[in-house]
Amino acid sequence: MVDLRELIQKVSQAKDKLELQNLKSQFLGKNSQINQEFKKLGSLNENDRKIRASSLNNEKQKITEAINNKLKELENLEINQKLQKNKVDVTLPARERPNGKIHPVSQVIDEISSIFSEIGFSVAEGPDVESEYNNFTALNTPEDHPARDMHDTFYLDKNKKILLRTHTSPVQIRTMLSGKAPFKIIVPGRTYRCDSDQTHAPMFHQLEGLHIDKDITMGHLKGCLDYFVKEFFEVKKIRMRFRPSHFPFTEPSAEVDIGYRLENGRIIVGEGDKWLEILGCGMVHPNVLKNAKVDPKKFQGYAFGMGIDRLAMLKYGINDLRSFFEADFRWLNYFGFDPLDVPTNYRGLSR
Amino acid sequence: MIITLSWLKDHLVTNANLEKIIDKLTSIGLEVEGIKESQGELSAFKIAKVLKVEKHPNADKLKLCEVSLGNSKTFKVICGAANARDGLVTVYAPPGTTIPKTKMKLKVAKIRGVESHGMLCSGSELNISDDSNGIIELKKREKDIGKNYFKNKGEKLIDLSITPNRPDCLGVRGIARDLASAGLGKFSNLKKIKFKQNFSQPIKISIKKDKYQGCMSFGACYIRNIKNKESPKWLKEKIISLGLKPISAVVDVTNYVMLDLNRPLHAYDADKIDKEIIVRNSKPEESFEALDGKKYILKNNMCVISDKKGALGLGGIIGGIRSGTEFETKNILLEAAYFYPSSVRKTANTLDIDTDAKYRFERGIDPNSIKEGLQLATELIIKICGGEASKFSVVGKSTVKNRSIEIDNNKFRKVIGIPISSNETKKILNSLGFKTKVSKKNFKVEIPSWRPDIKQDIDIIEELIRIKGFDKISLIHPERKRSKETLNFKQKLFHLSQRAVASKGYLEAVTWSFTDSRVDKQFSQGKKEIEITNPISSDLNVLRRSIFSNLIIYLKKNQDRGYPDLSLFEIGPTFSGNKPGEQQVVLGALKSGVSNRKSWDSKARNIDVFDVKADAIKTLVELGINEYDLYVSNNTHDYYNPGRSGSVNFKSPNGPKLASFGEIHPGVVSNVDLKEGNVCGFEIFLKNLPEPEKKYRLTKRNYFVSEFQKSERDFAFVIDKNYKAGDIQKIISDVDNSLIKKVLIFDVFEGENMPEGKKSIAVNVTIQSMEKTLSEKDLNEVSQKIINIVKTKTGGTIRS
Repeated sequence: MVDLRELIQKVSQAKDKLELQNLKSQFLGKNSQINQEFKKLGSLNENDRKIRASSLNNEKQKITEAINNKLKELENLEINQKLQKNKVDVTLPARERPNGKIHPVSQVIDEISSIFSEIGFSVAEGPDVESEYNNFTALNTPEDHPARDMHDTFYLDKNKKILLRTHTSPVQIRTMLSGKAPFKIIVPGRTYRCDSDQTHAPMFHQLEGLHIDKDITMGHLKGCLDYFVKEFFEVKKIRMRFRPSHFPFTEPSAEVDIGYRLENGRIIVGEGDKWLEILGCGMVHPNVLKNAKVDPKKFQGYAFGMGIDRLAMLKYGINDLRSFFEADFRWLNYFGFDPLDVPTNYRGLSR
Repeated sequence: MIITLSWLKDHLVTNANLEKIIDKLTSIGLEVEGIKESQGELSAFKIAKVLKVEKHPNADKLKLCEVSLGNSKTFKVICGAANARDGLVTVYAPPGTTIPKTKMKLKVAKIRGVESHGMLCSGSELNISDDSNGIIELKKREKDIGKNYFKNKGEKLIDLSITPNRPDCLGVRGIARDLASAGLGKFSNLKKIKFKQNFSQPIKISIKKDKYQGCMSFGACYIRNIKNKESPKWLKEKIISLGLKPISAVVDVTNYVMLDLNRPLHAYDADKIDKEIIVRNSKPEESFEALDGKKYILKNNMCVISDKKGALGLGGIIGGIRSGTEFETKNILLEAAYFYPSSVRKTANTLDIDTDAKYRFERGIDPNSIKEGLQLATELIIKICGGEASKFSVVGKSTVKNRSIEIDNNKFRKVIGIPISSNETKKILNSLGFKTKVSKKNFKVEIPSWRPDIKQDIDIIEELIRIKGFDKISLIHPERKRSKETLNFKQKLFHLSQRAVASKGYLEAVTWSFTDSRVDKQFSQGKKEIEITNPISSDLNVLRRSIFSNLIIYLKKNQDRGYPDLSLFEIGPTFSGNKPGEQQVVLGALKSGVSNRKSWDSKARNIDVFDVKADAIKTLVELGINEYDLYVSNNTHDYYNPGRSGSVNFKSPNGPKLASFGEIHPGVVSNVDLKEGNVCGFEIFLKNLPEPEKKYRLTKRNYFVSEFQKSERDFAFVIDKNYKAGDIQKIISDVDNSLIKKVLIFDVFEGENMPEGKKSIAVNVTIQSMEKTLSEKDLNEVSQKIINIVKTKTGGTIRS
């Protein structure tokens, strides 16, 4: 009789593949006990033979199984030993993937465009080099108007007829002259004033808005800006006040302040008790409409202008305006945005 | 414009406190820029006690004073005054103070080897008297030691930013009127002024009928036998509080009237006027010495006040030294005139003069305020300096008739969105000085002479809502409706390319549109510079003709900070001329240094032309251009290394230029003085990117893929050294577009075992049919065809 238990025990104790191979030929080979037993089958009567054969086959299968299992076990062991040898230090630095960034001004322009897109504004553009006429005269700021002193203008010619636009408002004129009312545009763009200190840069970004239709009132202007400010700062409640002011190209004109408070030196926009001026606006002056060949008897509407860089500073806690334009690698890395972080309405403006 | 509460109360009866007044000012459009505690510098002067006086160890005439401000701390101050003595109460100026007379800022300084912390002041040094005989002696002021010497301490100064449309608010009275209108008190009537005027104004005055005459009217009063002197304290303090310097009673009074009523005046020493006053246009090259001590050479048609000898003053801008008043002046001529704003502005701008009078006249003062101004000023001068006043004389238009405007009753509602009652309309306008006449359909408004800004109905609407309050407007929520696309094709490209390049590891920079001409020249040889007439500095003097101009400057700055491996880009305008529209949007990117610097597993290698080529091509593909349509050639710009740069054109070498790329020329690199000289870059010219006729999604062909086996064949061609790999790739692709799916170049070499002037190019070609599995025979046929066509088109032979 084969002592199955003992055989299986031996197999399970095999130390390596060679020993297992030896055990295999010893237990299942030609001269193995079990083989001898099979040979004896011929001498048994039919009935006994059947029973015996079945039990022998059973035993043989169990041995084979045990050997195969052991073989797999040894092989696994071998692989694992090999893998242990090829082990790497996974704490070594990962391979370099360069990280690009989007400038905060670009990101904020995308945010703003997305917000105004929702309520039907299209983006319009105009040249950075402008005529004195479009930049001032057409905007109801004739040559002897003292309001011109408030714009420190860069000129490109001696006669002061060609200049770098001091605001994005000339695009109002260009848009209205080249199309037919109604108009509903925003204009983000570069603007220039020859003024340079800690809080002024000779170039900055402005956002112009213009909505002209048959019956657009100051109520619409208020509603539009209220919507924008809340969306932009991603705050449900913001205190906002309109203060009368003066711009030659709007009448009535207003400046808009929003509420804020300081928290650890950072401005938190919302319901605080301090006021911060963020934009200028008003109803487009009838003279401007006339200059842009729009009939002020039929059409009216509002315009607004705000500093994009300042909005970016407020929203993202950036302190120094001039640093926007100094392309410092560390600053860009720190304040820049991931290129895949595209502001959208369904995802939300900022992560 | 600075006002004080007490001055405001000369014209406004109100119980409102400062806070309320500030809020109201802001809400009616007179923006409060800040509240100051008396006039900055002056609050630094303290009442102090000299505790002990010792002799200066190194100087006989100097004394070393120990000064106290009433607390335990004392200061050592060196003083030369004879009256400096123990126990004296005087005025002390700490370090950092500017002395009014000398305009010198005090510093802690050693005087003859001993440090002095501040200064003890004389009346003359403070500009409050002519007494320079020793320091001020304050009697019975022991209890005030440590307090401010100047009394207007405690008086809050309200600094207002008055918009250019509101000249009437450049006088305290105008501001009071607005506040009263807004319900903050009662506007006081002007005091009735009476004094004797027993003789006619003796000096002949005429306004010449010149073309462009800048003077409309000229009123005058002659005051004789005055004794000019220092102003009394109340007047001095008022003048000081609003930021002006007291000079003499006569001058201070004219300034006072200007600040009070927004009525600029000028006082002449009548005895210095040669016979008569003639208001006329200047003659070219006429010169004139003004009260600011400068000599001005006048141009044609400037409005001058002159006598027989020549110009005495520039009308509405500045007076002249020749006829200026002094303490010795006995007889004066007071001028109250109206000068046209544009004339004043033009002259002042041409000569670059800025004065308080000019600021007011160019904005437009009340033309009907001549008498009012003369009256107030004459009365004050007589009161302070004595003398007798003449009757007033006025030449030119003596009064201007008020204009009227008609306004539709519905206009307010139409523009503002809310209604206003006719009672409220009347109340607001009347309180601002407008006269109103209301009818069913419209109302008629007569505009007061001090409001030159009111020109049409919309201006009246603004007055109404300004006083009513913007907070009364109910907001109308915007509709979430879009009928037009937000971005057009070019704007989408801008947005896409920005993010495409950033996603390849570049940091987006935003730099000025102007740059240093010396750097700009490096990238724009031969083209005309676009100069700025008035640049903010000489290294920002031209509009950039290339994105690289600024980008390389900032690349250098970053390298200098110790970052040699950088990728920067900017997208924005470059300029080709100084006319509107002579600009285009370009994306420029620079990459410098080494890839895999100090890496534990990869070998470091220099950034090269193929890095930037990959970035440029990939970006163009991401912008929607089929890679097959990108034609790469070695056409280049001179700021690139000529052997390691190229261009990408659309479809053919002559197609629109989409991009250029390459190593930046070593010459440019050394001119800019970069630390890490290995710099490559690329530019994408967005305006040249073709707009597809159809939407991108519609240009996609139906989706077909082959179910049959694909095969690969390798070829090595020996070919002329200068033959371009890109061309071979294209030739092989075109052999049979239906079968050849992909052509890869996997090896290029020349040199050893190669004939002179030849190179070997190894190509891997993927061949696959849509219809069947290709047999060995089919494949051989295609291969042969490739070999033949390459041979005929390029002369290249298959390498055996």
